[in-house]
Amino acid sequence: MNNIDLDLDLLKGLAKQESNAIDQIYRSNFKMVQKLVLNNKGNADDAADIFQESMIVLYEKAINPQFELNCQLKTYIYSVARRLWLKKLQQMQKIGLQTNDFEQVIPVEEDVAHHEHKQASFLIMENAMTKIGEPCKSLLEAFYINKKQMQEIAIEFNYTNADNAKTQKYKCLVRLKKLFFAEYKHIQ
Amino acid sequence: MDDILLIDAAERYFNGEMNDSEKLYFEDLRKNNAELDQVVAEHIYFLQEVSKFSDYKQLKHRIQETANTLQEEGIISRMPFTGTSKVIYLWNRYKKTIAVAASIAVIVSVLSASIIAVFNPGKHTNIKPLVEKLKEQDVKYKKLKNQLDKLNNASTPAVVEKPRLESKFRATGFMIDVNNNYLVTNAHVLSEAKNHLIVENNKGDQFIAETVYINNENDLAILKIIDADFKKLAPLPFSIKQKNADLGESVFILGYPKQEIVYNEGYVSAQNGYQMDTIFCQLSTIANEGNSGSPVLNKNGELVGVISSMETNAEGVVFAIKSSNIFHAINEMKKVKENDNIKITSKPILRKTDRVTQIKKLQDYVFMIKGD
Repeated sequence: MNNIDLDLDLLKGLAKQESNAIDQIYRSNFKMVQKLVLNNKGNADDAADIFQESMIVLYEKAINPQFELNCQLKTYIYSVARRLWLKKLQQMQKIGLQTNDFEQVIPVEEDVAHHEHKQASFLIMENAMTKIGEPCKSLLEAFYINKKQMQEIAIEFNYTNADNAKTQKYKCLVRLKKLFFAEYKHIQ
Repeated sequence: MDDILLIDAAERYFNGEMNDSEKLYFEDLRKNNAELDQVVAEHIYFLQEVSKFSDYKQLKHRIQETANTLQEEGIISRMPFTGTSKVIYLWNRYKKTIAVAASIAVIVSVLSASIIAVFNPGKHTNIKPLVEKLKEQDVKYKKLKNQLDKLNNASTPAVVEKPRLESKFRATGFMIDVNNNYLVTNAHVLSEAKNHLIVENNKGDQFIAETVYINNENDLAILKIIDADFKKLAPLPFSIKQKNADLGESVFILGYPKQEIVYNEGYVSAQNGYQMDTIFCQLSTIANEGNSGSPVLNKNGELVGVISSMETNAEGVVFAIKSSNIFHAINEMKKVKENDNIKITSKPILRKTDRVTQIKKLQDYVFMIKGD
């Protein structure tokens, strides 16, 4: 298999969140991102964070059906990591920054902006989930995130039956949606 | 209760759990009931967001799992790279190379200490003054260099040379009165000078100066060269503008962000300074540590401001004291009897000359302000 096919395979795997693909991408690219961050005023923790975030940007790209890989996977990851790190440094007020690039860089501003927008809505969801409190949070997470059946949930949360659990879930859902949309419309 | 059923149906529809007839019935219902359709559409939108969120949570979890595995294998380090742990970490990692490198490092560090010192960024608040603090190594290194120079010169016939004074900071100032050798700089610059104050020209000649007026409120200070060796300059080639610079007016700056004079351009980007401070105006240009006290001039070579500080969380935002404050400072200063000789007379000759000529005429009036 040549490099491009290998890269495409890894991306398909990542889109399905396959551990193998994540593992491979991690192993072949982490050192590069770490070098970038360490060489530009960052530490090991920063490097680990930036790499994970770059991986999420790559995932968002991979699940898009219109996605085409126009460069090496490595180049894409480097460019994204570089962009993310530059933004982070700017936020930390380290001005007058130039990176010492040792890899090719392609423009990824749009992808990163798209990613940030997504992150903003995730943050709103996360905050809304926290605000509704327990047992609502666990109940909704069990249903929507862990995709458990109502029957299972009823037992786990000590409801007398599935219908009762469903009513509770509905009440929690209304509160969650209200909190979510109240914030969400600001970022649209 | 109806609402629960509706949400339940919308979820089953979204998840593809309805059979064909159910689906048809549900779609028909949506088509014929706008209100119901609205509720379903909104909920499906929400479900999409939840589904993306759930995907994202799962992905993060998987990535973290991989990261943990690689961390156990020692491929990733999550160790904080700060303080002593950084040293220990690096030591364990590079034990072998360090021995070789150390001997080289000793030699290199002596040479590079002064270079690094200049580029190390200081601590930032939102707004920072632009005095450059010369690091201690820098001072020591210069002293060493001076001694070496003297040693080398010992064999050649002795020329009586003034001893050079050590400095802990560098900023900029400019002449405003050539008859009495008064210069303007920032007040915050002089707070650094506790022992002596030096004015140094572009050729590296140093002259002793003293502070005659200081006003922390508008960050202006006036000093006087008291050194007998200082040769009187030709009449001031620029005038100081009473009126504020116009928004958008292009300006240029001469200063000492390094050991030689540096030229820069920009424009007036706002009429007031940081948090609407009316003493300042805002420029869009590049200024660096060492630029404090730099003259800001317009295209006619009229002085419109004095560089003071920059904003650190925005790029290219520099604040300059409006030139009208200089007149205020002079009037204040004149109240002291021995300073009332100050007189600003200028012979503006820069009006219709090109920039290169303007700079040539101006640079002799712009000085480094140093001290200890």
